[in-house]
Amino acid sequence: MQQVDHLTTTPEAPPRGSSGAFVWVRKNLFGSIFSSILTLVICGLIIWFVPSLVEWALIKAVWPGAGADACRAASGEGACWAVIGDKWRLIIFGRYPFDEHWRPTLAMLVLMGTVLVSCDRRFWSARLIVVWILGMLVFLWLMGGGFGLTSVPTGLWGGLPLTMMLAFFGMVVAFPLAILLALGRRSSLPLIKVVSVVYIELIRGVPLISLLFMGSFLLPLFMPAGTTIDAVLRAQIAIILFQAAYLAETIRGGLQALPKGQSEAADALALGYWKTQLLIVLPQALKISIPPIVGSLISLFKDTSLVAIVSLSDLLLSMRQAMGDPVWRPFFVEAFLFIMLIYWAFCFSMSKYSQYLERTLETGHRRR
Amino acid sequence: MATAGLSAQRTGGLGAAWRNPRVRGIIYQIVVVGLLAALIAFLVNNTITNLAIRQIRTGYDFLAQQAGFNIGEHVIPFAPSDSYGRAIVVGFLNTLKVSILGIIIASAIGVLMGIARLSSNWLLAKVAMVYIEIVRNIPLLLQLFFWYAIISQLLPNPRDALVPVPGFALSKMGLQMPALIYDPGQTPLVIIFLISMIAAYFYYRWARRRQAATGREPKLLLPIIGLIVLPTLVAYLVLGAPLHFDVPTFTRFNYQGGTSITPEFLALLVGLSIYTGSFIAENVRSGILGVPWGQSEASSALGLRRGQQMRLVVLPQALRIIVPPTTSQYLNLTKNSSLAVAIGYPDLLSVTNTTLNQTGQAIECISIMMGIYLVISLAISLFMNWYNKRVALVER
Repeated sequence: MQQVDHLTTTPEAPPRGSSGAFVWVRKNLFGSIFSSILTLVICGLIIWFVPSLVEWALIKAVWPGAGADACRAASGEGACWAVIGDKWRLIIFGRYPFDEHWRPTLAMLVLMGTVLVSCDRRFWSARLIVVWILGMLVFLWLMGGGFGLTSVPTGLWGGLPLTMMLAFFGMVVAFPLAILLALGRRSSLPLIKVVSVVYIELIRGVPLISLLFMGSFLLPLFMPAGTTIDAVLRAQIAIILFQAAYLAETIRGGLQALPKGQSEAADALALGYWKTQLLIVLPQALKISIPPIVGSLISLFKDTSLVAIVSLSDLLLSMRQAMGDPVWRPFFVEAFLFIMLIYWAFCFSMSKYSQYLERTLETGHRRR
Repeated sequence: MATAGLSAQRTGGLGAAWRNPRVRGIIYQIVVVGLLAALIAFLVNNTITNLAIRQIRTGYDFLAQQAGFNIGEHVIPFAPSDSYGRAIVVGFLNTLKVSILGIIIASAIGVLMGIARLSSNWLLAKVAMVYIEIVRNIPLLLQLFFWYAIISQLLPNPRDALVPVPGFALSKMGLQMPALIYDPGQTPLVIIFLISMIAAYFYYRWARRRQAATGREPKLLLPIIGLIVLPTLVAYLVLGAPLHFDVPTFTRFNYQGGTSITPEFLALLVGLSIYTGSFIAENVRSGILGVPWGQSEASSALGLRRGQQMRLVVLPQALRIIVPPTTSQYLNLTKNSSLAVAIGYPDLLSVTNTTLNQTGQAIECISIMMGIYLVISLAISLFMNWYNKRVALVER
């Protein structure tokens, strides 16, 4: 008790001139002549730029509810947030039937719920696979209809739900493929190794957009005569094939970081190849590669926007379609900023999550 | 059951063969290759049937046919009467043009922003962080559309173009720049300039060797500038000032003369450089952080200034951490340049796409396009691996 009391006595003040706001400013803003000049220049730019930005975005802005005429009157002076108020449902849901918008909303919530559950480390187990399969089925049911809901053809799917579906479905379906490819690339069986390497390098060597073109021009040729494949499905297949190759390389990084002693010990316990991989190697290797896997999901989320080029109304294209309205067309900057914010919110939160994981998962499995 | 298993083990047979890892490996491989072969045979068979039904003739002879479409931007001359093959080459060169320029600008942005992110100046570090965190987390295609819309819709008409530097004009029509007018005196001027550059390089090498041998630092900056500037300046005056520029001037409706950069190219270049620059900045940052702090402390104990520490001690060591991930950023930039198709810059993918739509030769066009991208990727990887080996040798 006494000791504690001793420790809680007020500490002596630090030497003068080593703390406080003034010292901080001198050290971090005016540390040297060059640094001082930089600070002054940046401050000048901020003073020049920020007030006019605030004036444009907030003070003189036209808020939702107002009409396009009010925006036209304020054109060049203030932002036209009214365009978002008028068009947000078209941007978020695309051409999905207006009266049924509760379905994609619910579907997105289900998908988000599944993602959030997967983010919590307490739920990391094989049961997540079941959760994901269920989540995806419910999503497809809500979007597509059937079983009591009116059916909505995929041609009308669009906006954020489509973007989320392409990204998260692409990731989840590519995952087992990627594990097989990563194991195949490190396999001692020469033919399997060659097949994996060729596949991975071929896909990684070409742009995603060329794969999407291949999906829309060549896939119909590859299928038995008379069968038609849905455009959304074609894009989803191209994205899965693409993501599998990139994810395989990410997982291979984790496999390589694992000390060889782990699989040698499994050999010594007389475990076979699959038992070694499933029980010993993969759980540790996947854990190491989870942060880069999240990074790869961020890239995929951004890359889904490329389906706009093959005319799928994802968030990007549905925004452009919504802005085709001649009344609101001049205010495209605000619409751009709106969906930039949506994409940014998704990607930024994922990257923060990945950084958090990197900090908490570090338990010394890495090869030193 | 047990006896059956035992007897199988004793007599050898199938069970024993299955338990032999080598035999099992061979069986796995046969199964995988067999399945793959069956899949390919299925696809090829379908394709042949489909091609027969749609009466598409396969083969690459369409490449010699007249293209019939125009390409707005070309490095080598191109007219609609030229062949499809030449059109694809033009597209390929356009891809190379924007990729090479993009790689150079993105590297510059990346290095500057990566160092700024670690600056001791708090404000500068925060500005760099805001740039990186915003740009990295927004899809490139969206940024390209954004830049293109800004350039082609929000910039002023050519009549009242922005003139940042006299002779340069930025407007909806793109960037107008002065162009060099040909003069016979230019060839000797260029030759003299090159020779003085080489002389300056040799002087630099001599100075470095001398510094290594004697420990004394010979004057570097002034002699090198003198070596380059003086002969060129004298030659310039002697040859009668052979550099004339064709400055763009605004006539009734548009700019005349000079060269111009189209809005499509400008948007693509700006978008690609800013986007990839943010990724390279992160690579540079982690590379610099990867060099132990003791290196900086040791070099400041030797009396090096901060700039010198960075240039002579930290960056050379950081390079070997920076180069491999930056290679893949260069590859990404080159592959991402294919998004040009969305804003109408005639790159390889967009030209091949036009060709495909006109001729219907889907398999041929897509295979050519993918083949070229694979070759480009391979070339960049090989070059960067070579460079990586060179920087890796610098360390012990």
